[in-house]
Amino acid sequence: MLWTGFFVLEGFDFGVGMLHGLIGKDEPGRRAAINTIGPLWDGNEVWLIVAGAGMFAAFPGWYATMFSGMYLALVLLLAALIVRGVSFEYRGKRDSARWRGNWSALLTAGSLLAPLLIGVALGDLLHGLPINSKQEYTGSFWNLLQPYGIFTGVTLVALCVLHGATFLALKTTGGVRDRAGALARRVAPVTGIIVLGFAVWTHVTAGRGVFPDLPEIAAVLAVFAAYWLVHDDREGWAFAATTVAMAAAVISIFVDLYPRVMVSSTNKAYDLTVSNTAAGGYALKVMTVVVVIFLPFVLAYQAWTYYVFRRRLSADDFGAAPVAAPRPSAAGGGAAVVPPNPGYPDARQERHK
Amino acid sequence: MSQLDLARWQFAATSIYHFLFVPVTIGLAFLTALLQTAWYRSKQDEYLRLTRFFGALLVINIAVGVVTGLVQEFQFGMNWSQYSRTVGGVFGAPLAMEGLAAFFLESTFLGLWLFGWDRLSRRVHLLTIWAVALGTVLSAAFIMAANSWMQHPVGYTLNKSTGFAQLNNIWAVLTNPVFLWGYTHVLLASAVTGAAVMLAVSAWQLRHGASKETFSRSARLSLVVLVPAIIFAMFVGSELGVVEAKYQPMKIAAAEAQWTTCQPCSFSIFQIGGGNNDQVPTQIIAIPHLLSLLATNHWNGKVVGLNPLQSQYQSTYGPGYYVPNVFIQYWAMRVMAYSAVLVFLLGVWGLWLIRRKKIAASRWFLRAAIWAAVLPFLMNTAGWLLTESGRQPWIVQGVQLTKNGVSPSVSTLSVAISLAVFVALYGVLGIVDFVLMRRYARKELPAEAAGGDADLPIPAVQY
Repeated sequence: MLWTGFFVLEGFDFGVGMLHGLIGKDEPGRRAAINTIGPLWDGNEVWLIVAGAGMFAAFPGWYATMFSGMYLALVLLLAALIVRGVSFEYRGKRDSARWRGNWSALLTAGSLLAPLLIGVALGDLLHGLPINSKQEYTGSFWNLLQPYGIFTGVTLVALCVLHGATFLALKTTGGVRDRAGALARRVAPVTGIIVLGFAVWTHVTAGRGVFPDLPEIAAVLAVFAAYWLVHDDREGWAFAATTVAMAAAVISIFVDLYPRVMVSSTNKAYDLTVSNTAAGGYALKVMTVVVVIFLPFVLAYQAWTYYVFRRRLSADDFGAAPVAAPRPSAAGGGAAVVPPNPGYPDARQERHK
Repeated sequence: MSQLDLARWQFAATSIYHFLFVPVTIGLAFLTALLQTAWYRSKQDEYLRLTRFFGALLVINIAVGVVTGLVQEFQFGMNWSQYSRTVGGVFGAPLAMEGLAAFFLESTFLGLWLFGWDRLSRRVHLLTIWAVALGTVLSAAFIMAANSWMQHPVGYTLNKSTGFAQLNNIWAVLTNPVFLWGYTHVLLASAVTGAAVMLAVSAWQLRHGASKETFSRSARLSLVVLVPAIIFAMFVGSELGVVEAKYQPMKIAAAEAQWTTCQPCSFSIFQIGGGNNDQVPTQIIAIPHLLSLLATNHWNGKVVGLNPLQSQYQSTYGPGYYVPNVFIQYWAMRVMAYSAVLVFLLGVWGLWLIRRKKIAASRWFLRAAIWAAVLPFLMNTAGWLLTESGRQPWIVQGVQLTKNGVSPSVSTLSVAISLAVFVALYGVLGIVDFVLMRRYARKELPAEAAGGDADLPIPAVQY
C-alpha cells in the first residue's frame, strides 16, 4: 500500500514538474514563441488535472484539507489558469493589435501567477499550516503567506523562466533563439543562487540540518550545468539540465515531507501523513493497475507529439507583420498560410522524457 | 444566505455553465470526425472545408469546456471537503481515471490534429480527430460513473472506525444501472446538441451565405444524426426514469408532483400549484396511464406518492424532510420533454425537406432551425436539474446529506468571494465565446481552400 502511495506521488511530482516546466516559456508573447508550445500546452495542463484527481482518489483526506484550507489561493490559481488557457485560444482569433496585446498581457500574468501560487502551496505543505485534530484547516488566507512558502513560489517562477528560456532557445531559430539564449545566460546564475537558498532552507525547514541531500544538490548542480551548457550553445543539453533542476526541486519538497503530506503547525500529532489520508487498499490497487496500464500509453503518445513537432520555429514563419492567424476557416485570405517548411537540418534535439 | 446555500449555488451555476459546453464538444467532435472521414473517403474538397469550418467552432468550445472543468474538479475539495473526505475513496477513482484515460487523449490529440495538418499523413491525421472524439466520450463515461454513484451508491463499504466510504468493487461502480442508462442518455443528448448546432449554423449559411451547395451537405449530415439520436434519447430517458424510480422514488414522484400514491397514474401536461407548500394542484390537462407507463413500464403500474415516501424515509433515516424541490422537478421534467419533442419535430420536418430536395429554399425551416439551437441547451440543463435537484437533500443518496458534505473550515465570505469571481469570469468568457462563435459561424468558406489537390500539404493551424 505504501508503494502504491509512492507511485501515485511520483506521478504527481512528475505532473507538477512537467506543468511548471511548460508554464514559463511565453513571456515575450511572440507568435513563434507561443507556437512552440501551441500543440503541447493543453496536454501539459492535463498533468495538473490528473495530479489533482490522483490526490482525490488516492489521498482524499489530504485533498480535502489542502483544497478547503487554501481556498482563496486556489480561487486565484483557477482564475489564472482559466485566463491563461483561453488566452492561447483567443489571442489569434482577431486581427487587431490591441486584442492581441491584451490577451498577451493576460497570458503573461496568468503564466506568472500560476507557478507562484503552486509554489507557495507546496512550500506551505512543508512549512506547516494551522491544522486541528480533525484534519481541518483553522487559519486564514494570510496564514498561507509565510516567508518559506513565498520563497518556494519565487524559486519555482525562477526555474520556470530559465526552463522556458532554454526550451525556446532549443525550439526556435534566428532572433528569437538568440534572445532566448541570452536571457537564459543572464537568468541562470540568479536562478542558481535562488535554488541554492531554497535547497538549504527546505532542508532546515524539514528539520534535517543545513546540508542538503541528493535531490536538493541535484537541483542546484543542474542549474549551474544549464548555465554552462547554454554558454556553449548546447541547447538540447541545457534544456535537459533545467528539466532535471525543475524535477529535483519539486521532488526534494516531497522527499523532505515523506511520510507526511501536510505538516500541522498546531501540533506535530496532527500532521497529515500518507497513511492517515489514504483511500482504502482496494482503491489504491485499482488506481495502480489503471496507472500501470494507461501511463505508458500517455507517455508514448505525448512523446510522439514532441517528435511530430520537433522542428524549430522561426519568426519568419509567421510573417514580418502580424497577419490574421490562419485558423481553419480564416475568411477572405484563407489561403494566406505558412510557406511549406524548409526543414531545418539542425533540428535534432533532446527529448526530455 | 449561509455558506451551504452559497456553495450549492456555486456548484449549480458552474456545473450548468460547464455543461453548456460539454455536449457541444462531444457532439461536434463526433460530427467533425465524420466530416473528415467523408473527406478522407471521397476526397471531395467540400468535406475538407466543412471539417475545418466546424473544427474551428469545436476548438473555441473545447477551450471553455476544459478550463471550466478544472473548476469543477477543484470545487469538490474547496467547498465540499467533508464530502471529499468521506467518499473520496470511491468517488475520486473514476475522476482520476478520467484524467488519465480520457483527458490526456483528448488534449494531446487535439493539439496533434490542430497543428498536424501538414506534418501527418492523411490517415494518421484522420485518426487524431477520432482519438479526440473518443477522449470526449470516455471522459463523459467516467464522470457519469462518478455521478451515478451519488445517485445510487454501489461497490463500497463504510469503514467501521472512520465512517468513510471505501471502494470494494470497481466493476459494480462501472456497471451501475443508473450509470449505463444515464451515460447512454447523455451521449445521445450530446449528439443531439452537436447536430442541432451544426444544423443551425448550416441553416444560417444556407440563408445568408454563398456556399449553399457545401452547407446543404452539413445540414443533411446533422439531420441524419439528429433524428435517430433524439428518438433514442427519449427512449433511453424513459428507461432511465424506470431505473431511477426504483432507486430514487422521491425523484420521480417529485417530477410528477405526485403527493399521494396512485395506481394507475396519469401524467399531467400542465398544472398550477402542487408544489412543496400547496399539495393539491389545479390540474389542467392530464393523460391517463402515462405516468404508470413511464415510471414502471406497466400500463397500471403503481407510483408511491411523496407523502408516504416521506414517512418511510423518516423511519429509515430519522427525522428530517426528504422531499426535493417539487416545483423544480416538475418543470425541469416538462421543459426537457417538451424541448425534445420540438427538436424531434424539427428534425422530421428537415428530413422531409431533404427528401424533396427543398431544404435550401425553405425559408421557414431555416429560420426555425437557427432558433432551435437553443432547445438542446434548455433540454440538457433541465435534464441535469431533474437529476441533481431530485437527489436532494442527499449529496450521496442514503449515505450523506448535502448539508453534511460542505467544508467546515471555509467561511461564508470566502465562498461569496469565489462565487463572485467565477460569475464575473464566466460571464466575460461566455460573452467572448458567444461573439467568437457567431463570427466564425458566419464566416464565408475560403474560396479556394488548399487541399484541392490532395497531395499538397495542408496548412497547419497556428496561434
